[in-house]
Amino acid sequence: MNTATTMLEQSINLTISPRLAKNIRRNIKERIIEFMLMLAALSAVFTTLSIVGVLLYESLSFFKTVSVVDFFTDTQWTPLFEDAHYGILPLVSGTLTTSAVALAVTIPIGTIAAIYLSEFASHKTREIVKPILELLVGVPTIVFGYFALLFLTPILQKIFPDLPGFNMLSAGIVMGIMIVPYIASVAEDAMRAVPMSMREGSYAMGATRFQTAVRVVTPAAISGIVAAYILGISRAVGETMVVAVAAGQQPIVSFNPMESAATITAFIVQVAMGDLPHGSIGYQSIFAAGLVLLMMTLCFNILGHMLRKKYHERY
Amino acid sequence: MMSTNMTTETPPAPASALKNLGEVRAMIKRHKLNDYMFSLIGLLALTLALLTLLTLFTDLVMDGYQRFNMEFLTEFPSRRAAHAGLLSAWVGSALVMLVTFLVAVPMGVAAGLYLEEYAPKNWFSDLIEINVTNLAGVPSIVYGLLALGLFVYILDLGQSILTAGLTLGLLILPIVIVSTRESIRAIPIAIREAAYAVGATKWQVVYDHVLKYSYGGILTGVIIGMARALGETAPIITIGALTFIAFLPPTPVTDVAPFINFEWLSSGFTVLPIQMFNWLSRPDHAFHINAAATGAIIIVVTLLMNGTAIYLRYKIRKNIKW
Repeated sequence: MNTATTMLEQSINLTISPRLAKNIRRNIKERIIEFMLMLAALSAVFTTLSIVGVLLYESLSFFKTVSVVDFFTDTQWTPLFEDAHYGILPLVSGTLTTSAVALAVTIPIGTIAAIYLSEFASHKTREIVKPILELLVGVPTIVFGYFALLFLTPILQKIFPDLPGFNMLSAGIVMGIMIVPYIASVAEDAMRAVPMSMREGSYAMGATRFQTAVRVVTPAAISGIVAAYILGISRAVGETMVVAVAAGQQPIVSFNPMESAATITAFIVQVAMGDLPHGSIGYQSIFAAGLVLLMMTLCFNILGHMLRKKYHERY
Repeated sequence: MMSTNMTTETPPAPASALKNLGEVRAMIKRHKLNDYMFSLIGLLALTLALLTLLTLFTDLVMDGYQRFNMEFLTEFPSRRAAHAGLLSAWVGSALVMLVTFLVAVPMGVAAGLYLEEYAPKNWFSDLIEINVTNLAGVPSIVYGLLALGLFVYILDLGQSILTAGLTLGLLILPIVIVSTRESIRAIPIAIREAAYAVGATKWQVVYDHVLKYSYGGILTGVIIGMARALGETAPIITIGALTFIAFLPPTPVTDVAPFINFEWLSSGFTVLPIQMFNWLSRPDHAFHINAAATGAIIIVVTLLMNGTAIYLRYKIRKNIKW
């Protein structure tokens, strides 16, 4: 009896049945695959961390030489000159001015386009127009830079003879047109999320399409529409090639779009085109500028996404 | 009492009713006109976007048509504008695209699969999701700074094709992840349940069914991402790509064993948009003609890629009815 049990135990211990063995192998394989997929997903976290890490690391070395107060209050940005000044204000003013011009163009056009697409256009029109808008989003920005510098600026110079060859006006306008499809599609999303019953209520009271669109749908979708504007600002602030080509490279504090001025992004491009030695203060300055840029776009993006979430929750 | 009240508030006399009716009709007319006007303005706003695209393209073709010949594609850049060509730029673009593809597609698809099929609902998955959303909004030039600090100097990969491919790969990663997730989400749960019911493991379900059925949607996202990478200029400038390249990288395929070499990965390079930017920033108008021709080529290629993607997505939506 005893010996029989031990023999049975031994046989269990020694030979795992082939099916069980296969299961174990299978489980291990499954685990390994899941782990590898997770690593791939973690690459997003890793990318964010390295962006913040690299920018902070180089900026910290930059701020060892330049005081933070100077950085935010000095009105001159001349890191490559003999008499170096490191005030970010001129670059920020250039960035804000071009973005403001872009918004002045994109908000009216984008909003009207969104209202039209969501409330007026027939199904067929929408099917045709939306892919075209998507194609417009896919056009590389350097091409828009060409358009601003060599097409729009000469036309604007006929209207305003004093306009310099590089100016923030033309860059801003082209940037604005470039962002229209984006703003229109985000705002349209928000408007289409408004429940049909609200429109029907309005029509039942005898309101016209236009009245319904402006007085019912737009207020109901306002948080999503504002989110579209804010995400648009973030785009304009981070846009590089149009301003690098068409807005000019002099860092001056000016809010006049008729002038030529550098933006944060244009400055980074300008420095990167030259050959700056690794570790020099000029090299570090583009990381400090990049950090300011990242902070600005991050704030707009977070605000925009929060507002977008708000309308998703409501309806 | 009640009745007197009622009588004092009787509807207006027929004459004034008619007058009111006229007013109402006028008002309806006015409002209908408003509707009509707005739909015109709306169409105009939309046409403006389309018109810009057309003007842009016509302008480029008009300015650059003299350079549309084979020589433009087979010559190196040169100091003489009329003899400068795109050879090193388009070869560079093709090789960078290859690296970008190899980086972004496996990583993006894997990440998308994990987030849709595997990730548990907890803070850790939320963290990854928030990161993907935020990365999509980071300006492309910031990716260039990341690459300059991390790839070029810390990892010491230099200003090479590999660095550029990795940078653009990270840049389009969110696009690939989002499109993968969207097309996976469209697959009904019943498909997965059926596969589990016959004893498939999770990976077998994911690989043999989920991945295979979402193939078209993923492809759409990949094409859009690659088109974006092709046109990206800012991050490549930031890593310090050279603008005057009069040589080709070593060929990836050789005629001696082992037939493949990887020297091209560490070679210096230039790409189409950088070459365009370089020509565009010269004061000499003759080079602007070259820039226009390059721009026209870039637009045609990216529009074709995006057009293909949009068409594909349209076909898939139309054909698949679960």
